[in-house]
Amino acid sequence: MATLSSTDSIAPHHGPARGLSRWLFTTNHKDIGTLYLWFSFLMLLTGGCMALMIRAELFQPGLQLIEPNFFNQMTTMHGLIMVFGAVMPAFVGLANWMLPIMIGAPDMALPRMNNWSFWILPFAFSMLLSTLFMEGGGPNFGWTFYAPLSTTYAPPSVTFFIFAIHMMGISSIMGAINIIATILNLRAPGMTMMKLPLFVWTWLITAFLLIAVMPVLAGVVTMMLMDIHFGTSFFNAAGGGDPVLFQHIFWFFGHPEVYIMILPAFGIISEILPTFARKPLFGYASMVYATASIALLSFIVWVHHMFTVGLPLAGELFFMYATMLIAVPTGVKVFNWVATMFHGSMTFETPMLFAIAFVVLFTIGGFSGLMLAIAPADFQYHDTYFVVAHFHYVLVPGAVFAIIAGVYYWLPKWTGHYYDEKLGKLHFWCSFIGVNLTFFPMHFIGLAGMPRRIPDYALQFADFNMIASIGAFIFGFSQLIFLTVVIKTIRGGLQAPPAVWDEPKGLEWTIPSPAPYHTFSTPPEIK
Amino acid sequence: MKIKITVIGALLLLASPSQHTFADWQLNMPRGVTDISRSVFDLHMIIFWICVAIGVLVFGVMFWSIFHHRKSRGAKAKHFHENTFVEVIWTLIPFAILIAMAVPATATLIKMYDTSDADVDIQITGYQWKWRYQYLGENIDFFSNLSTPREQIDNSEAKGENYLLEVDNPLVIPAGKKVRFLITSADVIHSWWVPAFAVKKDAIPGFINESWTRVDEPGIYRGQCTELCGKDHGFMPVVVDVRSAEDYNTWLAQVRAEQAAEAAAAQQELGMEALMQRGEVVYNQACAACHQANGEGLPNVFPGLKNSPIVMGDIAAHIDIVLNGKPGTAMQAFGDQLSAVDLAAVITYERNAWSNNRGDKVEPTEIEKLKAANGQ
Amino acid sequence: MNTLEQKNRTTLIKLIGGSVLMFGFGFALVPLYDVFCEVTGLNGKVTNTGPYQGKAATNERTISVQLLATNNASMPWAFQPEQPVIKVALGESRHTAYVAFNPTQEHMIGQAVPSVSPSEAAQYLHKVNCFCFERQPLDSLESRKMPLLFVVDPELPDHIRTITLSYTLFDITPRATNASHRYTTDTIGRNTL
Repeated sequence: MATLSSTDSIAPHHGPARGLSRWLFTTNHKDIGTLYLWFSFLMLLTGGCMALMIRAELFQPGLQLIEPNFFNQMTTMHGLIMVFGAVMPAFVGLANWMLPIMIGAPDMALPRMNNWSFWILPFAFSMLLSTLFMEGGGPNFGWTFYAPLSTTYAPPSVTFFIFAIHMMGISSIMGAINIIATILNLRAPGMTMMKLPLFVWTWLITAFLLIAVMPVLAGVVTMMLMDIHFGTSFFNAAGGGDPVLFQHIFWFFGHPEVYIMILPAFGIISEILPTFARKPLFGYASMVYATASIALLSFIVWVHHMFTVGLPLAGELFFMYATMLIAVPTGVKVFNWVATMFHGSMTFETPMLFAIAFVVLFTIGGFSGLMLAIAPADFQYHDTYFVVAHFHYVLVPGAVFAIIAGVYYWLPKWTGHYYDEKLGKLHFWCSFIGVNLTFFPMHFIGLAGMPRRIPDYALQFADFNMIASIGAFIFGFSQLIFLTVVIKTIRGGLQAPPAVWDEPKGLEWTIPSPAPYHTFSTPPEIK
Repeated sequence: MKIKITVIGALLLLASPSQHTFADWQLNMPRGVTDISRSVFDLHMIIFWICVAIGVLVFGVMFWSIFHHRKSRGAKAKHFHENTFVEVIWTLIPFAILIAMAVPATATLIKMYDTSDADVDIQITGYQWKWRYQYLGENIDFFSNLSTPREQIDNSEAKGENYLLEVDNPLVIPAGKKVRFLITSADVIHSWWVPAFAVKKDAIPGFINESWTRVDEPGIYRGQCTELCGKDHGFMPVVVDVRSAEDYNTWLAQVRAEQAAEAAAAQQELGMEALMQRGEVVYNQACAACHQANGEGLPNVFPGLKNSPIVMGDIAAHIDIVLNGKPGTAMQAFGDQLSAVDLAAVITYERNAWSNNRGDKVEPTEIEKLKAANGQ
Repeated sequence: MNTLEQKNRTTLIKLIGGSVLMFGFGFALVPLYDVFCEVTGLNGKVTNTGPYQGKAATNERTISVQLLATNNASMPWAFQPEQPVIKVALGESRHTAYVAFNPTQEHMIGQAVPSVSPSEAAQYLHKVNCFCFERQPLDSLESRKMPLLFVVDPELPDHIRTITLSYTLFDITPRATNASHRYTTDTIGRNTL
């Protein structure tokens, strides 16, 4: 266990090593956080390029740029990379940077494991991306990889896809273990559970979700591997297996997974809104309970992804009711955020703009989610662009906006400089317009009957598709503004004081900006 | 910002609807033509308006505070941070709304599940990438392929009105009768969807699913496969032609007559030219999705037929693989799917197209003999 | 500080244990799902097999049983029910058959996979004997009548008046030329022809 020794065995008072070895061998939570964040940005651009390729092909009816098999590889890879490469690592990166500081800990509980859990990722994604160049092409069966399309009918590269998923899973599980150990064991004296900042709370719950479902994902891809190479028949009807079973196990992982991607976002928003409303978060306790109940409910709703597979009536009804129930705690969160802003003294810096956009656009995604929960109506929505609109609303202006908001919010703490507020606002407005232009019309084409994952479409869908494609390019290229802002801020800018904003709450605002390489080597006093 | 907006404006202008004469700006779900689809539409609208109402309320309060409680207007923050009463209320009210919503949803779902006492039973089987319709007890069995010409997809020809939503053989059903669909698949999972009927059911290999519809209005209704099923997932539409009971019977008679004519044609010698002509049509419909119209296949995914050893080799082996498929590969057994005439034509075509120029041919009579010997 | 290290280690071990457990749970879902299906008839699989010991024939109610035959795409056999629809009295032992013919030049093995619709009816369908219980080998040009003996339980709910019994025939011939069961490897291999 020597390799997994905790913080105290590492000499606490030296600065970072120099050169590449600083990043390769680092066990410092801030370095690892930085690595995660840059990696996820790189993946955002990679997955984004794939999305733009998809949108370019869909700009007009007819096949123009890419052939259907490659189109399927693009949709699959885009989904996998955005979920496992961009959104999840970004949250882990933010957790690495901020959790120890927020709870007054010197570092993460298991710093060496922390290093491994990051460095697995570049290998996992290199492997995943390399499948695109293999014989028969990369995975082309959708990010949900339903059997038998992903087993019997898959390209040979599926084996590498499975190993890549395994590596991502191990990385996420290690990250989650680390986060739980840190929160449970390293809190500064006096930092009781009900004093934890909400970002910490939501991450704690997320980490438990990760530990509960990432192994199930590992299990399902292992079964695929066995079906493909060792003659088992988990999902092969010919051998007595059941392709529907694949969907059940996948979504048993998949539904909690979507909450893994949104709960930390709830945490970030719950940090930002009070700061810029200059008012404490409304209903802290109910926020915690709502998050926990969303997490628990997420285990009993997975079948709503499969309403059309032909389930008995009783099953459909149960999962419909359970799914509708999720609207209650989610509603509580939104109401609390609005109540936090109510009678505040608001200013609208970039993080606040992103946070407000989050509340509005995430709620729109929530509304379409509620509509999708109604099983008879879902027969019409299922696997159409309405679903695409729904989950992009919760994931892009939801999760991604929350991440961006968090980056703007903490960037002065990380770099010691204020970012360029004008550029930040420009980034916000371009992203906001781009996102809505891309995803709002998708509701319409979905309702009008356009299935998802098709490379070409009937003429009545043409206009909205064109608008969506234009929006996608605007949104995609405005992320270059983001890159510019971040690089500019790292290089220099107005010096930020420790508190950065106007009397924000939280331990991170008591330490200097930029945060020193080692913080809270002696635990802070919690009032 | 200004520049960006001008650019968007310019692009939007470029994209103006005039380019696509048939494009429209349909915003909502179609109401459909069945009882069920109308119930579904009503549910959709109820839940939509509930969402709008909640949205207006919540966002209204939010934007009102954003406007009034901003620091620049001199707002001072009030430091309240909980209120049990309010929190209980806004937990209970959504709960009540959801219960109210669940009642009609449950009723509709129960109606959808009542597949009993159907007048017509049709088995629908999904294949990569076409549908097969078998009328139980009627001895009618045919495949339904996309009929949009390749040139339209490749943009070398103007696109027709029903681009990608047209097939060679639509499913024909009688109006006013309860039609039950038994849905399954022969390879991967597909999903059979006709929006106007609100019928969407997955076609799963090895499993049978049921759904039903009763359409009052004769007409042509179009849908698509909605479960990713591989390369040509976007190119396997569903077209249902609903006819009055009388027209439906006429159609049945007509199909029977065609079956007889086809059987007669199989007894004749057609000759090279006729075979090649028909062969090209059949090839583009049944084979080109994988082997490509130019016969070159897709490298590493689907083998080419141009200069392929099977096509250039012994004709018996060639016939065997077309009729019986190649076990363990994507090559399906076409013996059942195509008529003797079509089989003869397409094999002859493959042997002589794309500078294969083998010069030999196979006549429908020979295929017919083979099939008879095989008990098919 | 030593206690902290211990605490971290305990947490680590517990959580690793938790993940291993959940990995196992993923696999446990497979039999759990089967049990669940058996109880609810969820996936339309008939699990009542062997000699029938339920209620005897009542002749009060007859229902129709539709027999469907589907070939999986790469299966070239001719495969049909002897009679597409049969009227069956509840509780009556009914004998019928499917006919299969192998038109190819090879010895092949088929496996029929049954499915019942509505899935609710699966619990009331009792298969005394079915060709789907076993693999069906057929020589080149051989044909066979494959028997099916079943009983529909008189407890069948009244609203079910038609039961659809579907069989999909899969080709499960082991491919000697190809060590792996991967269909696609074979497809790819064929390109070099």
